[in-house]
Amino acid sequence: MDFSLGERSDAFRAEARAFLDEVFTDEMRAEMHRTGVRHNWDFHRAQVERGWLAPGWPVEFGGQGRDPMEMLAFAEEFQRAGAPTYAVGTTLMVANIIRHLGTDEQKRSILPRALGGEIIIVLGFTEPEAGSDVAAAQTRAVRDGDEWVINGQKMFTTNAQEADYAFMLTRTNPDLPKHRGLTTFLVPLRQPGVEIQPVYTLSGERTNLTFYSDVRVDDGLRIGEVDGGWDVMTVGLTFERSGAQGGESIRLLGAMERWAASAEDGDGRPRGEDTDVLARLGRAAAENEISTLLARRSAWVHDSGGLPGVEGSMAKLFASEALTRQSADFVDLLGPDGIRSAGDDTAVEGGAADYAYRFALGATTYGGTSEIQRTIIAQRGLGLPRH
Amino acid sequence: MDGPVELPDRHVGWYSIDDRDDERSDAVDLNLSEEQEQLVGAFSALYAKESSTDRVRTAEESGHDPALWDRLREVGVVEMALPEESGGWGASMVDLALVAEQHGRHLGSDPLIEAQAAVRLLDRIGGGAAADALGRAVSGVDLVTLALRPPRRGALALVPSGAVADAVLFLDGDRLCCLRPGSPRATVATLGALPVADLPVSDDVVELAAGAGAVEEYERALDEWMVLMASALSGLGGRAIEIGVEYVKERKAFGAPIGSFQAVAHGLADAATAVEGGTLLSREAAWSVAADPGRAPELAALAFAFTAESAREAAYRSLHYHGGYGFMLEYDIQLFFRRAKAWPAQYGEPRLAYARAEARRLARNATEA
Repeated sequence: MDFSLGERSDAFRAEARAFLDEVFTDEMRAEMHRTGVRHNWDFHRAQVERGWLAPGWPVEFGGQGRDPMEMLAFAEEFQRAGAPTYAVGTTLMVANIIRHLGTDEQKRSILPRALGGEIIIVLGFTEPEAGSDVAAAQTRAVRDGDEWVINGQKMFTTNAQEADYAFMLTRTNPDLPKHRGLTTFLVPLRQPGVEIQPVYTLSGERTNLTFYSDVRVDDGLRIGEVDGGWDVMTVGLTFERSGAQGGESIRLLGAMERWAASAEDGDGRPRGEDTDVLARLGRAAAENEISTLLARRSAWVHDSGGLPGVEGSMAKLFASEALTRQSADFVDLLGPDGIRSAGDDTAVEGGAADYAYRFALGATTYGGTSEIQRTIIAQRGLGLPRH
Repeated sequence: MDGPVELPDRHVGWYSIDDRDDERSDAVDLNLSEEQEQLVGAFSALYAKESSTDRVRTAEESGHDPALWDRLREVGVVEMALPEESGGWGASMVDLALVAEQHGRHLGSDPLIEAQAAVRLLDRIGGGAAADALGRAVSGVDLVTLALRPPRRGALALVPSGAVADAVLFLDGDRLCCLRPGSPRATVATLGALPVADLPVSDDVVELAAGAGAVEEYERALDEWMVLMASALSGLGGRAIEIGVEYVKERKAFGAPIGSFQAVAHGLADAATAVEGGTLLSREAAWSVAADPGRAPELAALAFAFTAESAREAAYRSLHYHGGYGFMLEYDIQLFFRRAKAWPAQYGEPRLAYARAEARRLARNATEA
């Protein structure tokens, strides 16, 4: 039994930390906060230059062949620093799908640009009327010779304004049963008919509502079979979910511990000596340790040759629900000062509790809601019957 | 396929399923070793035979099952907890934690955890009186236990296995002492049918050590008790989930197995997630004793506090999903529900252990800063 990430990972973690200290500047942080865009091209290019856009990919694709534990350490560091990861994550996820299911031409034309950091690919699954029930997508794709014509809208198309393509789930045959009439495309976003409307979230992050009016996509950018989109989704989404978890919580607890170490109560007693304060911080510390361990277990399952389906769901469910609980508790713990917002000069520890309170609710939804994760755990993990 | 879809989260695609090297990474290995598998198999079989729920029920009157304890002693649970240089078997804390998980799964009516923590403490203290006490414990003459709180008003309250122990180790100020309690001792009826006792600190007390070193070793013993109790609670919680899952698969209401209803399934999913997380944390806490000693005290208290909550939640959910049957003594789940709360309460509420852990974290932060 061994709970450490190992020497290789420790070394890679130290490199990642040094890189982040140097490259991820306070200016970038401030800009991310101001614009709500969790992507920064200077940071992105620095990552490419370092060869770290996809260090977990094989060398022949431009990666470094890092193992899942090294990548977990890498991801933990990026999370702890609050560095942007989402655009790279979605791009590589789609690149993975293309690598496994794409045509030779798609592999030639897309993979080098994706792995070289030249293009960004975003996800176009969710729609105003289709969230967790992703197969309910209504965006239409109709064949027109060698092209397809797309009409519809997608929700939460995060980073679309920075992106070159959206990996899109469309309905190509409304007469077939729900899961059978779907097809996936790589839709070029920089063309007439694509409208990107910013949407701002509770924690200030920018995402988008995207509209598609007679948008054209070449049949060569269809991924998988016509009406076989659900198979693509199934294969694509079995790619691991063993990312780091709990980064936000770890940063939040760090801020609260700095507060406890320095703040005093009305009688001049340090808050960090108060049993109630200690107990509340300690509970978060236990949860954060477990979030880290559940994520490591997923990576371990993966590393041992398995697919961490239930384990990934447990890690995601636990970490996101823990953040939701902690953030509300820590706003309370700070008393009235807890409502001073992130970005306000008077806020305690940069308004970490206020920010987490806002951010947490997104975490329980993206990547599949907590209810979806619980259903996966109950049915696939505990073997409970479907209704 | 008609079912929930796992949408990507923030790090998908950083590597893919067939990017693995031929060799595994040099890190994280959650497998048990072959020896550990054998250890778990042996104790699982022993407890299955000697601690059936019928036996647990029979033992409830005193809280102690002498035949079970004899059997555990025969296979060497005291010796295994001691280092080889002291004539023991030198089991690691992970080994002891795995055995404690089985104790918890089977609700063992035995003093395993406090007895192991106590002899390890005696071994570390060494010398005169401690060596004598250790000798009697190893030879089986004495059952030695550990008081989890200092005496108040001249008595040690609710000492674990205090009703059946021959000697009790306790800390009084900075003095580590050994009490030989008198008899007869009044049995205290408790939620968990535990063999606890309120013991007056009589004249029959020997000081084993005093000063900062004595306090440090006692605190370490308390940490070890917490790690092993966390392991026991992990085992208890895991079995409680299994019982609940078995029940909701069989029981039908409104024409369907009740486990197919989300209101039931999701409660079990949450509880199972917490139990698995707590089990990982308990094992990590045990592993850290040798591998990461700087964090071991903090992890021990965190694991104890969290598993106290997660085991209770698991037993509560499983009992509740039994409906009215869960409320009947006849169904086993109530045995788990009561112990899930009572076992850890021998120390105190989980919040106290969270605070114990956090005080250590803040001290560590201050040192590192």
